[in-house]
Amino acid sequence: MTPRALKALAFALASLPLIKLVFDTLGVAGGSLGANPVESLLHRAGWWGLVLLLVTLAVTPARDLTGQTALVRTRRLLGLYAFTYVLMHVLVYTVLDQRLALGPIVEDILRRPYITVGLGAFLLLIPLALTSNDASRRRLKARWTKLHRLVYPIAILGVWHYWWQVKQDVAQPLIFAAVLAVLLGYRLLKRHRRTKRQSHAR
Amino acid sequence: MLIKRPDDIRPSDITSESVYLNRRALLRAAGLSVGGLAAAACGAADSAPATTPASDGPAPPRGDGKFADLVKSPFSTDEPLNSYDDITTYNNYYEFGTGKADPARNARNFEPLPWSVRVSGECEKPGTYSYEDIVAPHAFEERIYRLRCVEAWSMVVPWVGISMADLLKRFAPTSRARYVVFQTLQDSDRMPGQRRPVLNWPYTEGLTIAEAMNPLTLMATGIYGKPLLPQNGAPLRLVVPWKYGFKSIKGIVDITFSENRPVTSWEEAAPSEYGFYANVNPRVDHPRWSQARHREIGAGLFADKVPTLMFNGYGEQVADLYKDLDLRRNF
Repeated sequence: MTPRALKALAFALASLPLIKLVFDTLGVAGGSLGANPVESLLHRAGWWGLVLLLVTLAVTPARDLTGQTALVRTRRLLGLYAFTYVLMHVLVYTVLDQRLALGPIVEDILRRPYITVGLGAFLLLIPLALTSNDASRRRLKARWTKLHRLVYPIAILGVWHYWWQVKQDVAQPLIFAAVLAVLLGYRLLKRHRRTKRQSHAR
Repeated sequence: MLIKRPDDIRPSDITSESVYLNRRALLRAAGLSVGGLAAAACGAADSAPATTPASDGPAPPRGDGKFADLVKSPFSTDEPLNSYDDITTYNNYYEFGTGKADPARNARNFEPLPWSVRVSGECEKPGTYSYEDIVAPHAFEERIYRLRCVEAWSMVVPWVGISMADLLKRFAPTSRARYVVFQTLQDSDRMPGQRRPVLNWPYTEGLTIAEAMNPLTLMATGIYGKPLLPQNGAPLRLVVPWKYGFKSIKGIVDITFSENRPVTSWEEAAPSEYGFYANVNPRVDHPRWSQARHREIGAGLFADKVPTLMFNGYGEQVADLYKDLDLRRNF
């Protein structure tokens, strides 16, 4: 598949949850947000943001395993889409859930650790989203790569935020954590192998 | 409808009054068939009812599935009701799955009847009672109560049920009965959510004897004039409107009068977050979220959260129970 086609496919797939969310919000095509629409929007936007973040992290292993270098060209749009869902999640929280009440929001950030962690993940994601373009890459050069390594702690904070938010049933956060562990473990293994190879070459 | 504030009326007076009124209405309207049903049901019971004779009978669901001649309660609120759809599709009933939509979906084929309740412990009339035995001597009332979940959302639910105080008095609890412990059915064939140990099944809840005997406490059998659907705890569930919703245990199969305080399921699962008393209290936060405000189900996407009331607004009826209790430590 050509990189362009792959990008189009990735964009289309990443759009589906958003389209469903919009349909359900508007009550189109028999959809609905259910009895607690704010909670539904908040949860679904956050969930898909986290899923797409993990998908973004899966691009490199997928490329290594399949040899399809074209896959790498989807990573930027997947990352930006992840940011879009996360931004939606944050906006639903501040505007629809907390109704822009600064007091309760600050109290939540200071006194509810799972929100502190979530805010941390979001704040770290912002510079990544803002530099996800060719101009930034050219300007920052080596520092761009270093900056974008932040995606690892961001993903950890994101899964942590989800786990801490769940009332009792940790089955889903557990699955996310397991997937993240595999994706991070893969990279650690790769780095370990590379340094070993380099030391042998001496 | 007259909304009374019965401060100076004893609990036993109130419940006797409502049952008395219903007896009159039933004798006028229902006649032999109701009496016959009641007689048959009471014939199977181990004890004679402590309040009214069997022939006054219950007002069981009619042919159209609705409860007949519901007694209106002075405890009902006149706030707008949540829709039947919301009440029956947004549920926390982990026995059928942990998602809000799971109980309605997974309990579709759950048959609530026949049902039996085991009564035991510090009482003079223990035994096994069928659903019919349980409800037969009592008048069905309509009680419109606010329900406040610990997750910070609320609904207004038009319950149908019988006075818990009247029910428990039939079993003649002794002076050693300081607590009433309830348990839900445990049957992972019929309740697929129990195949995972999300909570330590069977679901266990409890009240002090004073809380159980409070006039507000209801043994609910229906909603909107119809028998409970499985996802709402059919056929018998507790409603204690001044406490967080998880106290209102569903699908009750066991009632034990106990000298000792039970460890309730959520208390066991997360003791720093869920306590025995679980009184609605805007001043005591859940460790992970505030309890000062909550979201009203049905208010829509753009509604503000509303302030939570102490004891969910039922302070007049229950605050006295806790006047010597530190409610921050005993959350």
